[in-house]
Amino acid sequence: MKRFVFRNRWLPYALVAPQVAVTLAFFFWPAFDSLRLSLYRASPFGDRLIWAGLANFERLFRDPAYLRSALTSLVFSFVVTFAGLALALLLASLANAKIRGLAVYRSLLLWPYGIAPAIAGIIWLFIFHPSYGILPWLLSFVTAYQFNWFLKGWVAMTLIVMAAIWKQFGYNLAFYLAGLQAIEASVLEAASVDGAGPIRRFFAVTFPLLSPVTFFLFTLNMTFSFFDTFGLIHSVTQGGPGDATSILVYRAWKDGFEGLQLGFSAAQSVVLMALVIGLTAFQFRFAEKKVTY
Amino acid sequence: MSRTLTRPGVLAVRAPARAKPRDRSGLVAHAILLAAVAVLAFPLYYAFVISTQTLSQVTSLPPRPWPSTALFANYAEAWQRAQMGRLLLNSAIVALGVAFGKIAISLLSAFAIVYFNFRGKQIVFWMIFVTLMLPVPVRIVSTYQVISVLGWVNTYWGLTVPLLASATGTFLFRQFYQTIPDSLAEAAQLDGAGAMRFLWSILLPLSKANIAALFVILFVYGWNDYLWPLMITNTPEMRTAVIGIESLVPRTSQLPEWNIAMAAAMMVLLPPVAVIVLMQRWFVKGLIESEK
Repeated sequence: MKRFVFRNRWLPYALVAPQVAVTLAFFFWPAFDSLRLSLYRASPFGDRLIWAGLANFERLFRDPAYLRSALTSLVFSFVVTFAGLALALLLASLANAKIRGLAVYRSLLLWPYGIAPAIAGIIWLFIFHPSYGILPWLLSFVTAYQFNWFLKGWVAMTLIVMAAIWKQFGYNLAFYLAGLQAIEASVLEAASVDGAGPIRRFFAVTFPLLSPVTFFLFTLNMTFSFFDTFGLIHSVTQGGPGDATSILVYRAWKDGFEGLQLGFSAAQSVVLMALVIGLTAFQFRFAEKKVTY
Repeated sequence: MSRTLTRPGVLAVRAPARAKPRDRSGLVAHAILLAAVAVLAFPLYYAFVISTQTLSQVTSLPPRPWPSTALFANYAEAWQRAQMGRLLLNSAIVALGVAFGKIAISLLSAFAIVYFNFRGKQIVFWMIFVTLMLPVPVRIVSTYQVISVLGWVNTYWGLTVPLLASATGTFLFRQFYQTIPDSLAEAAQLDGAGAMRFLWSILLPLSKANIAALFVILFVYGWNDYLWPLMITNTPEMRTAVIGIESLVPRTSQLPEWNIAMAAAMMVLLPPVAVIVLMQRWFVKGLIESEK
């Protein structure tokens, strides 16, 4: 514990001033203003605000398009997170051996983290391109199905899921590998002496011991897929076809910036705010318990 | 299940019994990891390959998965068409400004919080904490209004300053300062050094590793951020690279010049990927520390 402090009346305030100024002007005030705006709607000419009470929220939760968006977001985030983590964990477990060159593999796995979601999207867009892409071309040998994301919502969804997983996969795998290497071999040997087979050993010993890693990766991937994938949607599918890939953040942006429905967009921001607060609370609650057993 | 039980020697006679099975599992591990690396690398390799081909090669089937000769022509064309010089400069200014600005601001506030007692310290601490729960997407319209009132639309100020508050950075430095023994600060004070002198000549050099770790994470974040620059800029001159190259991506009615689009994509992804690869040790440290 720190005991020592410098004595100075004004210096500490000067030191925190920049942080506090930015926080107040660009975080607290806009957040407060979003809350306020969510209770108003713009007049037909957009020149003044009309009190709307909770009408924006009522409209939001009755709007089938918005509810579809919420579902799309959930499906997208969960598929990206669970598929990404499960595959990484599977590969890491299969590759868990005392081998040389793990540091080299780590370098070869971590670089995709540096690629912007929007750029990852552009690359996968071409891989999926209905006329020139390598993936539809390969699939055309197997099936006559038109694997065209311009027309089919689920193909567009697959496209953005692939791009998102691709970007995240390397470091999911790297973290699981490191986590597995940290598990004492003697613990697993003890379990096998007790008669536990590989599958049983995995679920009874390895997986619980990995829970801090899983938890860390889970929150990271959830936040990533919920918020940071905006660029991916915007540069690749623009929420389409129809609104098949219109996740909540994209919708809030679109209604606010293109639709200029300020109150309606602000209400969506408030819902997102509630989600982030929930996710952060979840994170801190479990982080405190360390999630080890 | 019985595989290990039939070899009870594993526990007793360690070295010899271990050698052979370990070798085999080592081979399997290498094979799996190499396959994973190859699958991960393929999209990037393919994008690079496309960026070296001519338009007719790109649009002909079957796809050609090896490089061709149009590399310089494509990169030059992309550079000129999207004003890549300007876009990359903007991205560099934003990424460096955000990284160094956040580091400076969070370093100073962590110093104040750990090394001073002052009224309102708790409030400041909680204010910083709450910013974690207010990422850009939850305050889209209102933040834009603040920026436009300030006249910061289409300016570097608007692109950087509003992103400078950093809870993760502040917590990281706070945690680190708390591990530094008090005797250092006491000794510095006995030698007649004031607080700022102590920060500058003792704390700052000690923080190098943390600064480097945070720098990698923040540079990548600043370079790749999409929503913020999309809202704050609306002229081609002020766009950052990740947004600016969108004009090169062929849409349905346009000439399918994917080779040009891929050349642009390669140029935009290179700087952050290079920072990660070159500063990998710091990157891993930063990933772990900043998410704690």
